[in-house]
Parts: sequence; structure tokens; C-alpha cells
Amino acid sequence: MNDFTTIPDYGLSWLEASGEHSDIVLSTRVRLARNLQGHAFGARARVNDRQAVLANFKGVLGRSESLMNGTLLEMPDLGPRTRRILLERRLVTSDLLGKTEGDPPVGTAVHFSHRDPLSVMVNEEDHLRIQSLLSGLRLQESWRIVDELDEELGRELPYAFHHEFGFLTSCPTNVGSGLRASVFMHLPGLVLTKEIGKVLQSLAQVGLTFRGLYGEGSEVVGNFFQVSNQTTLGKSEEDLVDHLDKIVRQVIQYEIQARQVLLRDARGVTEDKIWRAYGLLRYARALSFEELMNLLSGVRLGLSLKLLPGLRVYTLNKMMIFTQSAHLEQAVGRDLESEERDSHRAAYVRRVLASEGDITPNP
Amino acid sequence: MPDDLCDNCGSRPATVNLTQIENNEMFSYHLCEDCAAEKGLETTSEPSGSSPLPDFLAQIGDEPRGEGDPDSECSFCGLTLTVFRETGRLGCPHCYETFESHLRRLLRRVHGGTKHVGKIYLPPDPTVSEMEKRMEALRRKLHRAVEAEDFERAAELRDRIHSLELV
Ligand SMILES: [Zn+2]
Ligand SMILES: [Zn+2]
Repeated sequence: MNDFTTIPDYGLSWLEASGEHSDIVLSTRVRLARNLQGHAFGARARVNDRQAVLANFKGVLGRSESLMNGTLLEMPDLGPRTRRILLERRLVTSDLLGKTEGDPPVGTAVHFSHRDPLSVMVNEEDHLRIQSLLSGLRLQESWRIVDELDEELGRELPYAFHHEFGFLTSCPTNVGSGLRASVFMHLPGLVLTKEIGKVLQSLAQVGLTFRGLYGEGSEVVGNFFQVSNQTTLGKSEEDLVDHLDKIVRQVIQYEIQARQVLLRDARGVTEDKIWRAYGLLRYARALSFEELMNLLSGVRLGLSLKLLPGLRVYTLNKMMIFTQSAHLEQAVGRDLESEERDSHRAAYVRRVLASEGDITPNP
Repeated sequence: MPDDLCDNCGSRPATVNLTQIENNEMFSYHLCEDCAAEKGLETTSEPSGSSPLPDFLAQIGDEPRGEGDPDSECSFCGLTLTVFRETGRLGCPHCYETFESHLRRLLRRVHGGTKHVGKIYLPPDPTVSEMEKRMEALRRKLHRAVEAEDFERAAELRDRIHSLELV
């Protein structure tokens, strides 16, 4: 059954915040890039290449245990809103959908395994992108999940593999293992204590890459950072994953220390920031995406510091996903103008927080 | 301004100004809300500023004659060095042979080496040497799992080794 409505909650299992350090590490993702012999990939792939790759992949579905009983969605069959929902859940990339709003390229598809956090994009930049998305810091487990599916696929499909360079990819920065592991972190302590620059510098020195997002006035939006391995060739998959894991654990320690500094030196200001964020979320009538991300960051910090008793990480994770525009439109059942969106966003947040009940500050 | 469209999708109006940092490089974007959400939250897109690829690609252009003939072309997909330099993307597995000497230098710069040491793929009709290489890689992984006292993983790897021995 090839319809997203049959699996409306797909890709959301990480919201549960069940993984290790899930107040600081929102999610862990590992993806493998694979290509098939005999077909051009990426921008050089012609319609018949893409059709052949998809046909090959479909041929495996019935024979792979991980893929059996899953759902295959072909992008050109989906409505624009469904495609945006997949994008907002990070289950597909804007590359897979094609750069413009028109119809996605022929042969582009995504497969969702019945084991929730495991999906395969077909005919993205590489023929196959296998990825798993887990809650919290769970790099080794995430790697194992994709490794297992990769084994099954590799038995059936003729991968492009070079005796020296390893798995061949469209971009030379992915060649070798084809593995990109990333950890999505919330680091408000390091940002507020202005230590973040140093930490990020040191990540680059140990072969990791990071991304953060700044809004106007160079304020970090939401204090979220994504850290990944930079190189893919010359190290085993386990080495890549373990190295990232080790460094991320250090960053978590720095973040915890920074939060202790905040509580010790600026408790009043910090508490005020957190409660203001909660108050705005609870009562605001309009929230832009950027404002929401910053408020959620404040509340997330408060929750992590146990200053907002009763609130769950799950609730905050859920708000991040369901307040994005396609999700809001799906809930309302129609397209929304920008201002309308802001008010629907605020209404959704108020409703969720009200259903969580009143939060009473510690005396 | 009605024609002020998003830098990323080019189709929806841009409402958010964002500066993304990637390894000490700043990228400014004027984005629609959807694309801002995609870039701001976790993203599956590749980090664009994370590699010395553009520098290197520029350098290929300055190479001595004969070495970096910009018109050399992949016989399978038709990619030329010129296009590779512009996009940073290869077109097919065969490109790795066509542009091997360039790639070797590029890979050394980007990854610090050219030799893959991870998983070994076993084609449907493997040669003896391919099987040996895969076995060797699996044993390395098994050794590592045992040292880390990761017995579940070790059992899994032993299964893979056994299935190979049966072939
Ligand atoms: Zn856009
Ligand atoms: Zn080619």
C-alpha cells in the first residue's frame, strides 16, 4: 500500500526521547551512500538510469527481511503537502524532491522499513541512501541497523565498489565507507557562557564537522548544532562512529559544566529566561518559527535543569515537529498564509502545554 | 517584494534571514519557512562548506598541460573535468577510473588517504581474492568487537564469517 496516510507516525519514534542523554542529544542519524554498477548517478543519471535503479530496488523488497512489509513511496505520486511533511520529518531531502516546487524527478522514492527508524532514499544524489534515525545518543546501534540492511541489499544488488576507494559515491567527500554519522545537539549552556566558539573550533581540529544556525543579530536559533564525521575514507565504519561518539560525549560534559556555571553565577537570570520562555509559549497568540525555536530552547534548558517539573522532553520534541508549516496545514486541512501559520502555531503550542497541566515552580 | 524568493527552493517567498556556520565559514541565506525549518533543525543535506573540494577543484584548473585536460571525458556518462570542477560531483562509477589521477590527489587532500579500510563488498560471483579480503575485514571487525566486549556484535560478525566459509 503506497500511501503515507497508512503510516502517519513514521519517522517520529525519536520523539520519545528514550535514548541516552536525550535532553541534550535530540537524535542520532547514520546514513550509508551506495550506488549500483552500470548506471549514472546524481545529475548525470537519465530517466532510464533512475527507472532501472528503482526497478532493481523494488525487486529486492520481497527478499529482504528488513524491507519486507515496509512502505515504498514514489515521490511523483505524492501530493505537495505530503512531500513537505516528509521533508519536515527529515525522511527525505530537498534534493530528492527536486529543487523547485514542480514534480519530483522520475524514479525518486523513499522506502520505510517496518522497523521504524530505518529508511532508504532511492535516486537521491546517490542511488541509495540508507539511514536510521534514533532518539538520543545511540551511534553504534544506529550504525548496526543500517549495516544489517546494507548486508541484505548488497547480497542482491550489484554495488559499485572499488578495490582501493571502496564504495563509490557521487561526491568524492562520501567515498570509501559512504558513512555519515551525525548527532543533533542542544547546547544552550555553551552558547550562553560564550564557550561555544572554542568547542566548535576544537571539533574541526579532530576531523568533525558541525553546523549551527544563526538568525538576525547573530543569535543562535534554538541553540541547535549538528555534529558529523568529516571524512569517510581510510577509517573503518566502527572507528568513524566511535570517534564521533567519544567527542560528542566530551561536548556533553562541557555542556553540563556550562549549565552548572550558569546556575552558580547567573541563577536568577537563567531562571527568568526559562520561565519567560514557558510563559510566552503557554499564552502567546502568534509565534514565528524562529521565535518558537528560541523559546523551546529556553524551556528545554529549564527541563534539563529540573526547573520546570512535570514537563517531558517528548512534549518539546513533538512541538518542534508538529509546528512546522506542512504539519500545521495537515492538521487544519488546508494551506495557510504566513500570519495564519503563526497563529495556528501558537494555538497548537498552547493546546499541547495546557494538556500537560500546570507547572508549579519549586518553592 | 513579491519576487523575493527563497534561496533554497526558489519557489516560496523568503521570510527568514539565516546565517549558517559550517566549520568557521558563514553562509547567509534568505529562506522560506519550510527551508528554514529544514536547515535549522536536523538536516539530511550534505554540509556544503565542510570540505576543501572547491579549492581543490579550482586548483585542478591550474595544472600543467596534459595532466588536467579539461576536455577529458568519461566514456560511460560523458562527464568532463570542466563539469566536475563546477559541480564537485562525479557522474558514474566509471568516472573514478577516467579521472583516477585527479581523484587520487583529491582524496588524499579531503580524506588524508586513498585506501578504504571499512566494509568489503562481496559481488554476486566473488573471486577468491575478493572473498579473502572480505574475510579479513570481517575478522578485523570481530577482533574489535571482542576487545570491546560487545558480544552481541561479535556473534553477528561470526555469523557473517561462517556464511562466507560455507561458500
Ligand atoms: Zn524555500
Ligand atoms: Zn562517468
